[in-house]
Amino acid sequence: MNEKVIQVKELTRMFGDFTAVDHITFEVEKGEIFGFLGANGAGKTTAMKMLTGLLSPTSGEANVAGFNVYKEPEKLKKNIGYMSQKFALYDDLTVSENIRFYGGIYGLSNKEINQKRNELLDELDLQSVRDSRIGSLPLGWKQKLAFSVALIHNPKIVFLDEPTSGVDPITRRQFWNMIYEASANGITVFVTTHYMDEAEYCDRISIMVTGNIEAMGTPTELKDQFKSDSMDDVFVKLVRPEQEDAS
Amino acid sequence: MAMISVRNLTRTFGEIVAVNNLNFEIEKGELFGFIGPDGAGKTTLFRILATLLIPDEGEARVMDLDTVKDYKKLRQNLGYMPGKFSLYSDLSVEENLNFFASIFGSTIEENYDTIKDIYEAIEPFKKRRAGKLSGGMKQKLALSCALIHSPDVLLLDEPTTGVDAVSRREFWDTLNRLKSKGLTIVVSTPYMDEANRCDRVALMQKGSIMGIDTPENVTEMKQKTVFGVKGTPRYQVIKALRDYPQVDSVYAFGEYLHYTDKREDVDIQEIRMFLLDQGFKGVEVKAVNPTIEDAFMALMEQHDE
Repeated sequence: MNEKVIQVKELTRMFGDFTAVDHITFEVEKGEIFGFLGANGAGKTTAMKMLTGLLSPTSGEANVAGFNVYKEPEKLKKNIGYMSQKFALYDDLTVSENIRFYGGIYGLSNKEINQKRNELLDELDLQSVRDSRIGSLPLGWKQKLAFSVALIHNPKIVFLDEPTSGVDPITRRQFWNMIYEASANGITVFVTTHYMDEAEYCDRISIMVTGNIEAMGTPTELKDQFKSDSMDDVFVKLVRPEQEDAS
Repeated sequence: MAMISVRNLTRTFGEIVAVNNLNFEIEKGELFGFIGPDGAGKTTLFRILATLLIPDEGEARVMDLDTVKDYKKLRQNLGYMPGKFSLYSDLSVEENLNFFASIFGSTIEENYDTIKDIYEAIEPFKKRRAGKLSGGMKQKLALSCALIHSPDVLLLDEPTTGVDAVSRREFWDTLNRLKSKGLTIVVSTPYMDEANRCDRVALMQKGSIMGIDTPENVTEMKQKTVFGVKGTPRYQVIKALRDYPQVDSVYAFGEYLHYTDKREDVDIQEIRMFLLDQGFKGVEVKAVNPTIEDAFMALMEQHDE
């Protein structure tokens, strides 16, 4: 075990004079559920773009799924999955068409796509709506399908950017069951969220504050370290330390 | 007289019933929350209350004015902040604020007291274009613009969605300060934990209101005793409990799982042994206080039956 699928060293990204991500260093192991938390504007999105080959770093090193993010961004993209709350599937395409589209994008053969499509529709219980447009489905169904589609090419790592934002509480938990399943199958899950209860479901968490990773560890370790009884409290202590001093 | 009064309100879009026969009243000075996921009908309801959408059936009255017939008069006294950032990105902070003030025949100076608390934080950037502001600053500007005509009722549609946990807390502090000035505030949110910041809440799902009460009373709608269960590996514990013969529900809830049982009298030791026998580590079972999210999920399940 202990195979490192994400290795990041001193990774930095500047925009003009502004340092969005400031020398961050961390590693993630195969099959780990890694929670990537931080305040708005802390640099999470910038860091995620670099790790997914969408933005090149100003300096530092990053290896993801065995590929160098500077030199091999295209190979990298073939070996990772990505899903965001904002955009995941095409509303005007049907369920079946979306699966076909993403299968094609990731280079699956027609035969593979057809096979995968039937598997997914069965697993997610979506056979009855296979020819319905995505836009007509409840958000929870969409997000579950989007997650499965992000895994259609058997990636080593899947990046999830606020995947459960606005999703009802029952579906949110069903979504986490899918995350656990993926992790049990050896897929590494890199996830961001604003739900602090979800931070507890991760194997390890990092918390970014103004471009730096200020804390990293298991939920239990972080709560011990910050003498807090909840992740919510850990988060507040890290992001607004001045309030702690004032009280 | 209620500040907001809604009777048999329904609005459909094609085959979708966005808002389904809603009935409720909101009192003057209340901080009232509509809690529910995307697709619950929150935005449709807010747009009707804000006089921007006409209902198919029923009526909504705000300050005893009909949202359809008296919309012009009503708008003078209503502040509305939509979920999507809707200010002019190409105008500066100050220009946006001036624009909204002048639409209501007012000036920034005239109502500066109302917005002072919020506007002070962005005033140093008043020459900056609104589109160039950070998320938090945009939110403060949007709230300032919604308040610039000193309305009596403030409608905020998902002001905290996508906002980090700390900034959300601070936003609710701001709302409490506004409430103390006598404003009636109606907020929607998908974050269940924010329910506790409201005087009363309505839990919404699929166009319907499943319950309206104070956060404390809504939480008690969950009748069954909730047990917090801990053990590793967590996912295997969830799966094992699902196969427990007496299981009613089992859901992950932060550090603990929340478990409810079909029986009235539950033997904690029996559940503990059930898990220990399967070799789980760190097993802990205890009665816990249910949260608003437990109540919401129990109500959802009742509605789906």
